[in-house]
Amino acid sequence: MALLVVEDLHKRYGKEEVLRGVSFELERGETKVIIGPSGTGKSTLLRCINRLTEPDRGRVWLNGVEVTSPRTNIYRIRAQIGFVFQDFNLFTHLTALDNVRLGLIRVKGMGKREATERAMRELARVGLADKADAYPAQLSGGQQQRVSIARALAMDPKLILFDEPTSALDPELIGEVLQVMIELAEAGMTMLVVTHEMGFARSVADEIIFMEKGVIVEQGPPEVLFTNPRVPRTAEFLRKITEFYGESG
Amino acid sequence: MTAVDWQNLVQGVPSLLSGLLINLEILFGLIALGFAVGILIALVQVYSPRPLAALAVGYEWFFRGVPEMVLLMLIYFGLRQFQVRITPFVAAVIALGLRSSAYQSQIFRGAIQAVGRRQMMAALSVGMTRLQAIRHVVLPQALRLSIPPWSNEFSSVLKDTTLASAIGVIEVFKKARFIMGRNYALALPIFLVVALFFLFLTYAGNWALGALERRYRIPGFEAKGAGERF
Repeated sequence: MALLVVEDLHKRYGKEEVLRGVSFELERGETKVIIGPSGTGKSTLLRCINRLTEPDRGRVWLNGVEVTSPRTNIYRIRAQIGFVFQDFNLFTHLTALDNVRLGLIRVKGMGKREATERAMRELARVGLADKADAYPAQLSGGQQQRVSIARALAMDPKLILFDEPTSALDPELIGEVLQVMIELAEAGMTMLVVTHEMGFARSVADEIIFMEKGVIVEQGPPEVLFTNPRVPRTAEFLRKITEFYGESG
Repeated sequence: MTAVDWQNLVQGVPSLLSGLLINLEILFGLIALGFAVGILIALVQVYSPRPLAALAVGYEWFFRGVPEMVLLMLIYFGLRQFQVRITPFVAAVIALGLRSSAYQSQIFRGAIQAVGRRQMMAALSVGMTRLQAIRHVVLPQALRLSIPPWSNEFSSVLKDTTLASAIGVIEVFKKARFIMGRNYALALPIFLVVALFFLFLTYAGNWALGALERRYRIPGFEAKGAGERF
């Protein structure tokens, strides 16, 4: 069984059906990138996977455990799924170190010294060991996002969900965050990434999922989607977004 | 003022100070009660399901809507009808404390909502329970945001402690009236002294709150000048 199995997810906000039956799988060590126009349910999909948003219908399994079952301890599941938000969402009252350490101490019950060592290791991994004592408001957007990646990594996640991790960043800060993500992918982390960075999608993704209006239009390896998509709408979207954002990333 | 008036005034000050001590005791009691219940009401209003939240809204409406003097009467004399006998001091702490809890609840609710849902979501995403997220992420930020509006409530309830005289608590206002009763020439000076006491306490309290605000400010996050008025 794949590490993550998503089956027929539905979510409706009032009259608007944001997800209309989404199914896909993610293997261990795989990186999948979800692309698609704004408002097509990409963020909602990520949040339904760890039930930050409750799906109306459909099922999710992580490592063979049904996430969507009411009997599942959802807190234990969430601790195994890293989540990186578009606007970082670091805890504003805590230093970078405490942001990374909080989950280790409160959720994993780790001792303070061990948690500090682990947190420092993750901060070093994203190149921010020297910023351990800085508060989020003292960091640039790119640095904040790297701290938030360190916060996710510290929990030893089986999978990390990235919700447009570079969309809130100034162009010159995007590269440092993408670099960290590329290194993670190369190190074998399982990642599901919503992004408009086509360069990243093309070079890092094992598969690309193109979503529109709450459904998956097409999915496949980047070389197929970018050069020879099955659905005309995919080609149209890719052409538009590449014009707008460019190839690099 | 004659020499005898001056003498009476000076002799009255120790008595006033012992009365002021009672005001301070009421103040600490009512603030502690109001703080604990106020946070609880705010959390219930923001986070709990509708029936319970509605109950908290009803509580807040009642204790913000009934005049304090009436609350004092209801709790002190009203409870006596049910054979519940409490001292005027305890009745004052309860009545003023519950009233303050309703006002404080709205300070905390505003602050919790200002922290925002994203902080809660981030805390949940690392596996914290809602209670852990409230305890370690939401409240530490919300309490910081609460200090400026809370200093309003502090300044207000500090003075409200004199209302306890209405149910027979012998505090500073009552003592001042005793002194005035013995010598009407002291009406102006004795209440000026009481006024000075409260001006000083308001200053001291707000200075302490300003110091607290500076102590817990988040580097890089605060607006310039926050907590630096004193």
